[in-house]
Amino acid sequence: MGDNTSSAAVRTSLTAVPASGAQAGFTTRTVGEVVVPNPVMSARAVNVYYGDKHAIKDVSLDIGRNAVIALIGPSGCGKSTFLRSLNRMNDTIEAARITGSITLDGEDIYDRQQDVVQLRARVGMVFQKPNPFPKSIYENIAYGPRIHGLVASRADLDEIVQTSLQKAGLWEEVKDRLDHSGTSLSGGQQQRLCIARAIAVDPEVILMDEPCSALDPIATARIEDLIDELRQNYTIVIVTHNMQQAARVSQRTAYFHLGDLIEVGPTEQIFTNPGHKLTEDYITGRFG
Amino acid sequence: MSEPDLTPRARTRDRVAASLRRRYRAERRFRAYGIGAVAIGLLFVVFVFYTIISKGYPAFLQTYVQLDVDYSAELLDPEGKRATADLESADYQALIKAALRERFPEVTERAELRKLYALISSGADLTLRNRVLSDPGRIGKRESVWLLAKDQVDLLAKGEVDRSLPESQRNIDDQAIGWVDRLRAEHRLETRFNVAFFRNGDSREPEQAGVWGAVVGSFFTLVVTLGLSFPIGVAAAVYLEEFAKRSRFTDLIEVNINNLAAVPSIVFGLLGLAMFIQFFGLPRSAPLVGGLVLTLMTLPTIIITSRAALKAVPPSIREAALGMGASRVQTMLHHVLPLAMPGMLTGAIIGMARALGESAPLLMIGMVAFVADVPKSLSSAATVLPVQVYLWSSSPERAFVERTSGAIIVLLAFLLIMNAAAVFLRSRFERRW
Repeated sequence: MGDNTSSAAVRTSLTAVPASGAQAGFTTRTVGEVVVPNPVMSARAVNVYYGDKHAIKDVSLDIGRNAVIALIGPSGCGKSTFLRSLNRMNDTIEAARITGSITLDGEDIYDRQQDVVQLRARVGMVFQKPNPFPKSIYENIAYGPRIHGLVASRADLDEIVQTSLQKAGLWEEVKDRLDHSGTSLSGGQQQRLCIARAIAVDPEVILMDEPCSALDPIATARIEDLIDELRQNYTIVIVTHNMQQAARVSQRTAYFHLGDLIEVGPTEQIFTNPGHKLTEDYITGRFG
Repeated sequence: MSEPDLTPRARTRDRVAASLRRRYRAERRFRAYGIGAVAIGLLFVVFVFYTIISKGYPAFLQTYVQLDVDYSAELLDPEGKRATADLESADYQALIKAALRERFPEVTERAELRKLYALISSGADLTLRNRVLSDPGRIGKRESVWLLAKDQVDLLAKGEVDRSLPESQRNIDDQAIGWVDRLRAEHRLETRFNVAFFRNGDSREPEQAGVWGAVVGSFFTLVVTLGLSFPIGVAAAVYLEEFAKRSRFTDLIEVNINNLAAVPSIVFGLLGLAMFIQFFGLPRSAPLVGGLVLTLMTLPTIIITSRAALKAVPPSIREAALGMGASRVQTMLHHVLPLAMPGMLTGAIIGMARALGESAPLLMIGMVAFVADVPKSLSSAATVLPVQVYLWSSSPERAFVERTSGAIIVLLAFLLIMNAAAVFLRSRFERRW
């Protein structure tokens, strides 16, 4: 994991990264600092359309390295759409169209040269509803490394399965039943299995789309702890409806409203001293 | 509280109670309709099975007559060379006639003798020929041999001839009945399991006719049908469901597939006749052409059920695989297709069952011809089980009635086996996932 990050850092150092929006020559209506030093991913003037619907309007946002950024906002505000455009999952929707640019380590992910399969190996995803494959626990983890050709031998694969499950805090619970179906686990375990599956291919960024909305409070707490641990090695973008969760797990928070990125800033500041009226109304529970 | 409670709330309660009674009555009524419908359905199933099985089971039995055959050297091999060609063309019929005359010495009149000879099947001489050819040492010796009885004798022995009818309304007269009774009394008449029914092809003589030719024909035809329609159908469904962008063109294709599923099967037969036989010059009456025609017929069914099976796979599985960086083809092959496979197999089995029971389109391409030989290849002349049923049902001989039902039983047995195989395969797939 260590050398992956350093090699990524080398790659970014070759690319000129603007320190702020004004210097980089783009305008944004967003309150707060959308730009961070040495970002993993940066979105610039991104618009997403579903047919006639303008789902995301002119969003620019940097995703900081080895940190958790929470995307919050009322339903239908475009936060999930933005998340899914970060690993081009929107490509699977026929009517979806995107303009602007999103870069990963300085490379445009919507470039014609960019292979979407490779992108998704680097930007993993965890979904709202736990969706393990209806295969064994082992096969769930092994699938990614196998299709990407990351392993040469069964022993390597065994090791990846074990370390991934350990990182996801699931190893102790399932080590004796790796051949059981992934769907036989409880909801919280399934979601941790999905996280383990995502980190098995060692991505740089993990996208989480409301990962706890289908879980009970205890399972949620475990996932939140896990997110906090994973922050050491991974960049995490999490969409959540739960503002306490955003406050607990993230370092930066971005507030979306009707497709606009209204405000972004350090989580503490967003929750204690929001700079925009809409943000304040939302976090104080006046709507949403 | 002797006064009736007339507050609005009490009235509401009464009305609800009244309507509840009505609702429960309606519920009971609909349950009764349902049970009645199921019962009527079951009744028909029982009726069909009862008639077919009660009519058809005697087809699995066959009567044999034991005769003392004298392999006379003068008749078989007058030159004494024991040449195979001579033995093959010798008159074994004469041996049987001699044995019958010997058993019934009182019969001398020509017309009566002809009647006597008709007790034994015209194919029985083959039994003797095979015995002699396998061991020419039998020539000049005597042997007791069980020989195939003629269909009338067979029916009589199985109790299917009403002896109380006037002689003119039976196709076996009193004298012949007397001979059969004598043979039985001497324990020279026996009804055994009819192996020949499962080993022979069709024949003009009911006692020699079997379903094996039709079974092999059906098998070849279905092999072609399954081999073509399943891969083509699944590939088409996968492309339309997973890869094709929705456009007016794909809508048009979809409408046409649905229309094709409703086209009467005989139309496919005409199409096959015009295309495969006239245009491509493929052989008539061949399982190959039959399979092609049935492929056209089953393709829409398989495509429609396969698409439904693909649609039923939860999108979260696709998202999970795509999110892991699997390509669309990998997502398809590793996750969606295995999950959809049980549904697709069901569709294929439904299609195959329909194809197995189909006769109309095969009539158009000549599979209705009388074929006595068991087909050897995909291009040899053949018939199929349902057509065999049709052929036998229109034969004048009384003994074909039981054979028709017998063939239906065989057909139903194959359908049951196919369905059982489908259920087995499905449960295997489902356990793996």
